[in-house]
Amino acid sequence: MADSGCSEDVAVIGNTDITSEESDSINNTMAESQTDLLRKMEINVAEAEKRTGKNTVNMQETYTVYLIETRAVEAVTEGGLPPAPDSLWRRYSEFELLRTYLLVTYPYIVVPPLPEKRAEFVWHKLSADNLDPDFVERRRVGLENFLLRVASHPVLSSDKIFFFFLTEEKNWREEVLETGFQDKADSRLKSLSAMYRVKNPDKRFTALKQYSDELNTVISQLLRVRARVADRLYGVYKVHGNYGRVFSEWSAIENEMGDGLQSAGHHMDTYAASIDDILEEEEHYADQLKEYLFYTDAVRSVCRKHDLIQYELEMVAQDLASKKQQKEELSTGTVRIFSLKGMTSKLFGQESPEQKESRLAALEQSIQEGEAAVKDKVSECQDFVRAAWDDVERFKEQKDRDLREALISYAIMQISMCKKGIQVWSNAKECFNKM
Amino acid sequence: MSVGAPRGLASSGQKPITEMLHPLSAAEEPLPPVPDVSDRGDKESGLTNGTPPVEASSPACTSLLINRLQLEENLEADARDLYISTETKDLFVTVDDPKKHVSTMETYITYRVSTKTTRVEFDLPEYCVRRRYQDFDWLRIKLEDSQPTHLIPPLPEKFVMKGVVDRFSEEFVETRMKALDKFLKRVADHPVLSFNPHLNSFLSVKDLNKRQGLALLTKVGESVKQVAGGYKLRARPPEFCAMGEYLDTFSQKLGTIDRIAQRILKEQSEYLTELRDYGSVYTSWAGSEDELRRPLEAVAGSVSTCCGAGDDLSENMSQDFLPVLREYVLYIESMKNVLRKRDQSQAEYEGRLEAAVLRRQEDKTPMPVEVEKCQDKVECFNADLKADWERWQSNKRQDFRQLLTGMADKNIHYYEKCQAAWESLVTLLQEKQSEDKGIETN
Repeated sequence: MADSGCSEDVAVIGNTDITSEESDSINNTMAESQTDLLRKMEINVAEAEKRTGKNTVNMQETYTVYLIETRAVEAVTEGGLPPAPDSLWRRYSEFELLRTYLLVTYPYIVVPPLPEKRAEFVWHKLSADNLDPDFVERRRVGLENFLLRVASHPVLSSDKIFFFFLTEEKNWREEVLETGFQDKADSRLKSLSAMYRVKNPDKRFTALKQYSDELNTVISQLLRVRARVADRLYGVYKVHGNYGRVFSEWSAIENEMGDGLQSAGHHMDTYAASIDDILEEEEHYADQLKEYLFYTDAVRSVCRKHDLIQYELEMVAQDLASKKQQKEELSTGTVRIFSLKGMTSKLFGQESPEQKESRLAALEQSIQEGEAAVKDKVSECQDFVRAAWDDVERFKEQKDRDLREALISYAIMQISMCKKGIQVWSNAKECFNKM
Repeated sequence: MSVGAPRGLASSGQKPITEMLHPLSAAEEPLPPVPDVSDRGDKESGLTNGTPPVEASSPACTSLLINRLQLEENLEADARDLYISTETKDLFVTVDDPKKHVSTMETYITYRVSTKTTRVEFDLPEYCVRRRYQDFDWLRIKLEDSQPTHLIPPLPEKFVMKGVVDRFSEEFVETRMKALDKFLKRVADHPVLSFNPHLNSFLSVKDLNKRQGLALLTKVGESVKQVAGGYKLRARPPEFCAMGEYLDTFSQKLGTIDRIAQRILKEQSEYLTELRDYGSVYTSWAGSEDELRRPLEAVAGSVSTCCGAGDDLSENMSQDFLPVLREYVLYIESMKNVLRKRDQSQAEYEGRLEAAVLRRQEDKTPMPVEVEKCQDKVECFNADLKADWERWQSNKRQDFRQLLTGMADKNIHYYEKCQAAWESLVTLLQEKQSEDKGIETN
């Protein structure tokens, strides 16, 4: 799998650690969806470093920065070697700012998620500390993954702010704020938190929301149970280490059996120690699951944005309908809808024909505006639905592909663990045979 | 050799020994009815089957003689293999077929004890009797009493150890039966114990119940003897000290291994519980997916297979591994008992010797015969013990080699099963993938 579909033109510089297999497979699926950006540029989060500095409230804090490297794809120096990449440092909060910008600017896109802010679903041995080197390393991989996902997205990859994020260290913050996305951010917040009833929900979006909720639940469950399984497996392996010690002690009082016991004991120690690497490797699988867990939030927010637009449409349509009703009543003199003017005129006497004429004209005007508003909203809704559904389809295919890859690599990890187990016990058996 | 008794059988492979016997042999010395340390059961009285056990004391100690015999006749045999080699093995015993018996008084289990033999000490070449635990216990006590200088293999615990264990559960009965089989096989393979008349009765007599009464008597006799002992040991020979120390340490290590194994079982059980939950989450996930349904169900399947393999491994640990370990601890206790008895007889000898020396100094009384007999007894005891020790060590080595390689094997099988389950998953998933790719490129 790692070799299929890999284009030579875009050899994304992956990291050379154990994750390369998994991220390679994801990188390869992204390479298949070639964007202009990726055709031109290689992107890579190469390193992580600790920094200390004063924060916004003038207090010393320690934080981590990540080195983003970019390099033109076909650039070659005179020596035939690729040139040194351009690079800049970014911290996690800047990634968060970028993502918020993307969410607000492209509400119809399922925006790729960031790696988790704090370590969750940990099994006891794994550190939940943000400054722990293993966590930092996994976060580095996750951030690179995020950038590559955005860079390979047909719509997001052409965003200028994203490009500047990769290339301009100093002024990027100002540029983002200049887009004025903050204002839109407020409305987005509204859409996420408000509760409102949509009269004619789009069935597809209802189903999508339900699916996304189900996926969220099941992946959370899976991650929780997986952490418990890891805990227990750790216990099983580590207790075997005790065999190592007791065999060693026992071998001291034996003559012929001594050597066999002693060597077997060493193999038991090896067995016990092997679980650390095994479980560390499994964390990558957990990270892949987490990415899709967070993706469900992005899907949900697209659905809610759609709900909001639909709701607004229904509101303006309703408003228009009510105005038309009013006009009809005014012209025919029947009162079907309660209006304050109507009431007051009933109470305090009929209005003059001039008043009626001017009110009718105002209503007519309002109706025209309302019709234009409805037309706009319908168009907005249709555009949104079209664009969103396109992206949702793309997302679904990506999800199916990625998760199947993840399952395969998980199975491969399990096979590797079994092989190690067989090896160790076979070695021990040989020693026992020599007893 | 006296063979006057009706059921007396000429010893088959033992002729050379009998010819080498000391003139002061069986039936010459009248002995007290209560068996004491000077019992010399074995070969001699084996030949006088049917008569009440007339134990003769003989300075020609059987183990020394056996050793000499083996050195002369089996020059090529492995020096450590002091059991009767399989080619000359002429007594085969098996314990199997447990059955529950319900009577008005009690409920108990009996086991079938099958014997095949060419020995002339037995009337028939084959026997098949049913015995219960009580009967094995009876045999053990009789052997201990009639062969005090020999190590008698242990029986599984009489009473169940931890909490409330079902005495009639399949697992318990199975485990106990295997231990009883081992016990009987060890006795039957012992060059001295296998000729014991009590063993013969145990294997051949239909109804052992009449003999039970004696069990009580001999138990009483045992304790009386020990109280009457009261001699203090001066200097234990270093080789026996070493044995004692070894047994203490070994016992300790086995206890540790037992605890480790139990801990592993516990962790494993908790792991398997979580793993089962884990598998079922994949199944429920599959329910909300289309493309991923089959892959997820397949993952759940692989996880489930691993659970099954894990269950098998745990079962093996508790059924086969732990019981054998525990039985060895009992074996060590038996050996320690024999060492204690040896100490006792040495102490008695030294005590009597000292008393005799003092008396001789006083009034020139010559050394009484008892003292010489004690000395012989001690020497025989020491020789028997050393021979049994070697046998025990050799057996221990074999038993543990078997036990530990068995444990390694089970673990290997566990991983092999799991590996196969995951490999079939990978095949399935990759097949589907190339199918899809084929569709795409078309």
